[in-house]
Amino acid sequence: MKLTTSFNRSLWVFHFNSGSCNGCDIEIVASLTPRYDPERFGVKLVGSPRHADVLLVTGPVTNQMVDRLQRIYAQMPEPKIVMVVGTCAQSGGVFSTSYNLAGPVDQIISVDVYVPGCAPRPEAIIQGVVTAIAKFERLHGSAKQ
Amino acid sequence: MTKKAPYIVPIGPIHPALKEPVHIELTVVGEEVISAEFTPGQTHRGIEWMGLSRNPVQIIHLTDRICGICGVTHSLAFARAVEQIADIAVPERADYIRTIIAEFERIQSHLLWAGVAAHELGFDTLFYLTWRVREEVMDVIECITGNRVSYDIIQIGGVRRDIAEVCTEQIRKCLDNYKGLFGKLKELFLEDTVINSRCKGIGILSFEDAMAYSTVGPTARASGCIADLRVDYPYAAYGDLNLKPIVPTVYGHDVNGDTYDRIVVRIFEIAQSIEIIEECLTNLPTGPILWEEKVAKILAACKKTEGEAVGRHEAPRGECLHYVAMDKADAPIAWKVKASSYSNLHVWPLILKGAQLADIPIIVASIDPCISCTDRVAVTDVGAGKTKIFTKEELTKMSYEKTRRMQK
Ligand code: SF4
Repeated sequence: MKLTTSFNRSLWVFHFNSGSCNGCDIEIVASLTPRYDPERFGVKLVGSPRHADVLLVTGPVTNQMVDRLQRIYAQMPEPKIVMVVGTCAQSGGVFSTSYNLAGPVDQIISVDVYVPGCAPRPEAIIQGVVTAIAKFERLHGSAKQ
Repeated sequence: MTKKAPYIVPIGPIHPALKEPVHIELTVVGEEVISAEFTPGQTHRGIEWMGLSRNPVQIIHLTDRICGICGVTHSLAFARAVEQIADIAVPERADYIRTIIAEFERIQSHLLWAGVAAHELGFDTLFYLTWRVREEVMDVIECITGNRVSYDIIQIGGVRRDIAEVCTEQIRKCLDNYKGLFGKLKELFLEDTVINSRCKGIGILSFEDAMAYSTVGPTARASGCIADLRVDYPYAAYGDLNLKPIVPTVYGHDVNGDTYDRIVVRIFEIAQSIEIIEECLTNLPTGPILWEEKVAKILAACKKTEGEAVGRHEAPRGECLHYVAMDKADAPIAWKVKASSYSNLHVWPLILKGAQLADIPIIVASIDPCISCTDRVAVTDVGAGKTKIFTKEELTKMSYEKTRRMQK
């Protein structure tokens, strides 16, 4: 894969927990630590959606979080990519029969990259980010034409 | 409007780190917090309700996903409740494996917390160091259970997987490594001048308050309550071990109940867990790991019983309690979960009172790694009706600046 011109070394990720069990959230932090160290490629977590290129969502989206998810999504600058991490964010997983779910995530905002697993390994999450970079590259390519 | 008019500071509720996201509202005068209130409940998934339409073996998978950090805690407490109702005897070997996994989880969870605490103080080098060290125990957990989080190793009447020969070797190697590292961890966390000056005398929870608010786990022990389920009501293999609850006096100083004491307790509990695992591994009995291998038979046994029971487990954050009632049906007729943090969160208003804004991240984290409460903070000037939004970074920056000031 060749690197994009606009996003190489600077893919910033905003992490949003929409009611997950935490398992995926710990793995996301674990994938930032020295063993994997994606920061050497410029991939890092940021504290504000306004700085982010990728919205990383975990959890099955509880009713209380729907509005917040939509607002955060709206706050991100274009072009943006939504990546969901974990089975419960994709389908509800073990929580699918709950009365308090508005999700899964793709019912609420459009999703570009899915990382399945409960919880996925850090390698899988990083693979997801790489897929997101590839998508940005395509977006960038079509924008040029 | 006087200069000293109080501000209301709502924190949260976007809260990416914990099972119990909360919304905290602080009233502050200048830098000082004069009162604090909180409302939990944003990630309510109705787990107990879902459980009432599933059978106990299915619920085990659900319990593993109540909290990702305490993967084994809830399933163990739940399994123990069901086993008591259905009169299922867990084989000895399974009890020992349960203990080993539970202790690995404690190491993993305390290291995770220690890293987060260091991060909150602006000591990121230490954060990365502890998380790198933590990867080793994650490898061992993966080797034993097959997954890094959500282990799913507990089954009603035993455990799903045996500890294989390769794992034993890896476990021993990991433990030896940790023993070598412990001195360094202790030095870094307990002797560092910055940590000392930022944590001592901050967020004090007195013994009386700790008792009155029914705190559990390291939070209670740091305030001098000598309470540990593993010692008081032994279960699994804990009865065979000679354990003592860890209180801050292990480090040779008086109990203050401050943030520093909570670090002391957790760091020493890591050492204690290492010893427990070693002992369990040496005395690991042979024999079956399950009361009954066929899931259908386990379910049949559960279906025949009626009664109620409480299953408890000393989680990394304190006592976790599951109440289960069965009445000759597939699914339980009642299931109530009380996670350990639930008991501890109530002291926030108490220990945040009188604290400085810059100390909030570390005080909030000192109970439980609930750092991301500080995700976004809005300071409302009540008199003028102006609102200023603080991002998590700004709050963290304030914390860092305080560290720098103290270094001078
Ligand atoms: S996918 Fe699994 S591990 Fe991840 S948040 Fe959902 S339940 Fe937890």
